[in-house]
Amino acid sequence: MTSARRIEQAVDAGKHIHRFHGGLRLRHNKRISCQLAVERPPLPELLVVPLFQHAGDIAKPLVRVGDQVLKGQQIGQSQPCAAVHAPVSGIVEFIEDRPMSHPSGQAGPCVVIRADGREQWVALKPISDWRTASADSLITQLQECGLAGLGGAVFPTHAKARDGRERNIHTLILNGVECEPYISCDEMLMREQPGKIILGARILRRVLGAGRVVIAIEDQMGAVKEALTRAAERTDCENISVIKVPKVYPEGGERQLIQVLTGLEVPAGGRPSDLGMVCQNVATAAAVADAVVEGKPLIERYITVTGNGISQPRNFQALLGTSFSHLVEACGGYQDDVARLVVGGPMMGYPVATDETPVVKRSNCVLALTTQDIAEPQPEMPCIRCGECARVCPATLLPQQLHLQIRNGLWEPAEEYGLTACIECGCCDHVCPSHIPLVEWFRYGKSEQRRRALENEASDKARKRFEDREARLLKIKQERAEKMTRRKKMLKDKAFQQDRIRASIDRAKNKNNTDQNTSEADSIVGNPDDA
Amino acid sequence: MTRKFQTSGAPHMPPQARVATVMLQVLLALLPGVLAYSWFFGPGILIQIILATAFALLFEAIMLRLRGRPLKPFINDYSAVVTAVLFALCIPPLAPWWISCIAMLFAIGFAKHLYGGLGQNVFNPAMVAYVVVLISFPQAMTAWLPPLALAEHGLGLADSLVIIFTGEVPLAGGWDAVTQATPLDTIKTGVESGLLMSDIRHSPIFGIFGGLGWEWIACCFMSGGFFLLYRRVISWQVPLAVIGSVILLSLPFWLIDPDSNPFPLQHIFSGAIMLAAFFIATDPVSGCVSNRGRLIFGAGVGIITLVIRRWGGYPDGVAFAVLLMNMAAPLIDRYTRPRMYGE
Repeated sequence: MTSARRIEQAVDAGKHIHRFHGGLRLRHNKRISCQLAVERPPLPELLVVPLFQHAGDIAKPLVRVGDQVLKGQQIGQSQPCAAVHAPVSGIVEFIEDRPMSHPSGQAGPCVVIRADGREQWVALKPISDWRTASADSLITQLQECGLAGLGGAVFPTHAKARDGRERNIHTLILNGVECEPYISCDEMLMREQPGKIILGARILRRVLGAGRVVIAIEDQMGAVKEALTRAAERTDCENISVIKVPKVYPEGGERQLIQVLTGLEVPAGGRPSDLGMVCQNVATAAAVADAVVEGKPLIERYITVTGNGISQPRNFQALLGTSFSHLVEACGGYQDDVARLVVGGPMMGYPVATDETPVVKRSNCVLALTTQDIAEPQPEMPCIRCGECARVCPATLLPQQLHLQIRNGLWEPAEEYGLTACIECGCCDHVCPSHIPLVEWFRYGKSEQRRRALENEASDKARKRFEDREARLLKIKQERAEKMTRRKKMLKDKAFQQDRIRASIDRAKNKNNTDQNTSEADSIVGNPDDA
Repeated sequence: MTRKFQTSGAPHMPPQARVATVMLQVLLALLPGVLAYSWFFGPGILIQIILATAFALLFEAIMLRLRGRPLKPFINDYSAVVTAVLFALCIPPLAPWWISCIAMLFAIGFAKHLYGGLGQNVFNPAMVAYVVVLISFPQAMTAWLPPLALAEHGLGLADSLVIIFTGEVPLAGGWDAVTQATPLDTIKTGVESGLLMSDIRHSPIFGIFGGLGWEWIACCFMSGGFFLLYRRVISWQVPLAVIGSVILLSLPFWLIDPDSNPFPLQHIFSGAIMLAAFFIATDPVSGCVSNRGRLIFGAGVGIITLVIRRWGGYPDGVAFAVLLMNMAAPLIDRYTRPRMYGE
């Protein structure tokens, strides 16, 4: 059965029919941040916009310190990656390395803008009618507006769209499954702006040339399905359906979501487009609508500020570059026992060392955890091979075995045990009775593998260079030797010698003849003295 | 105002389980079987459990000290206690005290710590200990008791303590008055001397489907096993494979020749099959990791046990079967790796 047919089945059933291996049912803790309507926080004075926001290279700054920038003006460029824009109008105060809200925790180049409070927009360039515009112009618009996957992977949207266009895509899947606990920004967006999401979905569908849109949401998102369905009906568009899937972490992972919707697995090392599908986050779809219809670049996003360490958890529509401390202040500040600040959810989120960290395209949640939430760290015990990790692994790996290979530096067996297939969801970590930081080992293993691959590549190149040089030298040597032997042979060859002697005698004779001839000729011409 | 935070790797949630919790659940699941055991055979088993546990913890502490490891997270992970209790359940309830001492030295010192401690042992420590003392001290290891219902003299706590610590039986008739062959012994010697199974089973030491008393102890172990299955401490593959293979393999023998082969339920409810199926062969450290591997592992344990019971020199072969399959586990693991997502 084709993947298209399987999607149709799921749509006809109106719900998921399949499931994925393992996973966890976690307490979702989402309600606490859904009590208040989404608002914009007060305008911050200083905005820090990192230039490294997408999967890809660091963008080059297009502005200098002291420059006046307008809201929405492009300030960073990176071909073929997405652009970076100024979230406010104001003055560029610094361009320097600051904490840039990246999982690595590293500092990187950031453009620091002091807002002038005028909120003066740059001239926007919307596409007048996306129904008639060419797909290429739409893709360029996405790139220029800095669109990237807002679910957390921040893969440039235009690149995904271009790749999808080149392949035969039948279904666009909008991922509204926020499977991590605490995070509720996508749910709030779907509740508050369903029309924009549907519009973005239609634009993306046109770009991809796909026939069908499936919006996947969690089964406990009460009003969301109704809101989206009503918005879809209002547009009179066919083939846009909303499917509820059960809340099992990590169902929001695109590979798991596709498995739940179709029962098919994305091939190892492949992409969903291999199955004729493209996944986009719902927030990305809304941003696409803004970018195409209004020409607005991606300068703000929905973000959840939540956790027991926050006085009044809620969702904001925050400008990129706003510091977390500013958002927390707008939430009424921290609770006394706050102990850790995490970007993202508690399973896959990364901790930050300071709340000066800015909101970037990938930040979907700021989670302030208390001492009680994180509990005191338990000592690591040896693995007792209980197999809980394998039971919950959505990639059907054997984490306990894989971990052993990495610990012992056995890289080839680690690859056999599926190191690259690990999605780092943290399920194994969570259930491990020995408290082994499995995911950290797997991340280390992956980075080590990358390093080894680079090293191998470099050494392969060096070897090739060396071998080429050797071959070249050998060739020269051989040629020289051949020449020598030819020479020696020629010298030794008697007949040849005699020929040579004869030839030289002849030459000498000829010369003499010519000399005589010339003298004769001279005499014929006559010597004026003789006359 | 900025604020600094400590960072630490994801996930940022307290872990769900501890090794100690796993082990405690195993101990809890063994409790009904232990109680049934002492109900049918007297308080000897309780003394053996206490003795073995004390020696196990002692050797655990000594070995941790020798290996320069901290006592704290290891001595109270209850893994040594599980080993001790499983061992105590395998030996005759009135075995002398030094049996436990020697056995635990081998279980904890050799089978566990010399291989690298918790999680590193290739062999099931309790079974290593049992086999060492079974082979070294066959006489002490075959002095089994009749169920209290059949005993001439019911042995109380004081009598049991005297016997275990002095080796002297404070009753007229000495050892012969208190010991009796187990049902499996009776079957083995009976069949070898040419008796019919129906005649053998007329002996009062047999119950409804297994040995008198033993069958109910096995039922209690089974119910404890179901508790572990429910709590997901063990997976269903190993118990199913052990019990299933014993039934499937003994059934044709029994159908062809019911006079010299016990019927399948007799096999399951006597000896250590039930204990092994739910508590010994399910030991994750020395077993297989994948589900298919566990099925093969369990079936191997069942088949080898039956082969030893039928043709071997010992009335029961569970311990040997488990150790042999422990040896095969890494190989089985190698060939039963589950298919990965997208592979």
